Amino acid sequence: MAKIIAGFASSHVPAIGAAIDNKQTHDPYWQRVFSGFEKAKKWIADVRPDVVIAVYNDHASAFSVELIPTFAIGCAAEFPPADEGWGPRPVPVVKGHPQLASHIATSAILDGFDLTIANKMEVDHGLTVPLNLAFGSPEAWPCPVIPIAVNVVQYPPPTGKRCFDLGRAIRKAVASYPEDLRIVVFGTGGMSHQISGPRAGLINSKFDKAFLDGLTKDPKKLAAMPHLEYMREAGAEGIELVMWHVMRGALDDKVKEVYRFYTVPASNTAVGNIILENVAKPAKKAAAKKSAPKKAKGLRKAA
Amino acid sequence: MAQAKSKQPEYEDIPGTFVFNAERSRQGYGINMFCMSLMKDENRKAFRANEAEYLKKFNLTPEQTDAVLKRDYNRMLELGGNIYFTAKLGATDGHSFRHLAAVMTNSTQEDYAAMMLGGGRSVEGNRSKSGKYDKPAKKATAKPKAKAKSAKTSKSPKKRK
Repeated sequence: MAKIIAGFASSHVPAIGAAIDNKQTHDPYWQRVFSGFEKAKKWIADVRPDVVIAVYNDHASAFSVELIPTFAIGCAAEFPPADEGWGPRPVPVVKGHPQLASHIATSAILDGFDLTIANKMEVDHGLTVPLNLAFGSPEAWPCPVIPIAVNVVQYPPPTGKRCFDLGRAIRKAVASYPEDLRIVVFGTGGMSHQISGPRAGLINSKFDKAFLDGLTKDPKKLAAMPHLEYMREAGAEGIELVMWHVMRGALDDKVKEVYRFYTVPASNTAVGNIILENVAKPAKKAAAKKSAPKKAKGLRKAA
Repeated sequence: MAQAKSKQPEYEDIPGTFVFNAERSRQGYGINMFCMSLMKDENRKAFRANEAEYLKKFNLTPEQTDAVLKRDYNRMLELGGNIYFTAKLGATDGHSFRHLAAVMTNSTQEDYAAMMLGGGRSVEGNRSKSGKYDKPAKKATAKPKAKAKSAKTSKSPKKRK
């Protein structure tokens, strides 16, 4: 059976992508940012997920104002990098996992989550920068990636609670997929930043750190935060952080925080990275199997 | 848009911020679709060749056309433009995002970059036009009632972490 083993969240600042593409990662300014991701890179190289489910937002690349899906799941075999005005980023084409993606879409829709299905979609820095931060700059991405695009461009984005519940629906879907796949869910965007209007440049480290704490320890309470609070406290574009709740909802209630990194700034943005692991239970389950009655276990699992 | 209307959403109380809601999206449809067209090189060339003529295809109001021609980025946002779209106009002009940020915050690129390196613009004094969410004790740098302007008055770099 497929299972979600961990969550990985990070900012997706376009300037980080530009620094990678222009080979400036060793400049002192960027060194501060990239050195913070070294542990994350090592972690994911050790974990070697079979599939990544990446929750991100499109920045007027695949979707303009003509069509604004609240949640869209990429079911295509591949997703080319978008031309964001400077030509497409020189990164590998993102290979999808159409079978698992369709399985998640089917399961989630029947579960009451009306996902939009994207069978052709280009992906922008919102998706490719976090892939770089996790995997570096390889010739090909090391595993298939299922993109899930969330509208955070036109107000209102989905609520934190709805995002968290989508994570739950994804988790349920994954658990019923027959192939043995180990999956890491990415939440991307944020942290505090505002890139529009006279208040541009806003950063709120206190808010960001509390958000990271809440994500690990009290995610349901955190997911109840109203949109107004993100926009007021973390900047108009800080509302991208709702996407981290999808990642968190896909994990167990109790998780182990294995890594955290935070720095200000990358360009206009506070950069955060957090890795949360599901605490492996299969061993315990196997041991309990001998004594515990089967139906009780089944019930617990369904809840 | 700064004036108090009866049933304004509470987010309109955030200073220096134009939340891209359905109303602005409708109003700014032409601006944003114009910006979207700039993702194609042939369109960028056509726009550069004759900006005013090119803009005619997008049914902009005279105010919107004026804001685009003058590269008044805040005015574009006020008239329904969205930053992810208007950033494409900046890219077409060969400008970095820092340039746009400096224009929008009425700052210089150097000052803006220094502010970011210093930890960014503080949220203190920048939560609300009405002062509702800002603690009185922390209004050292920005006048509470300064409306949108307050966002650009607190330019001085604050504490680093």
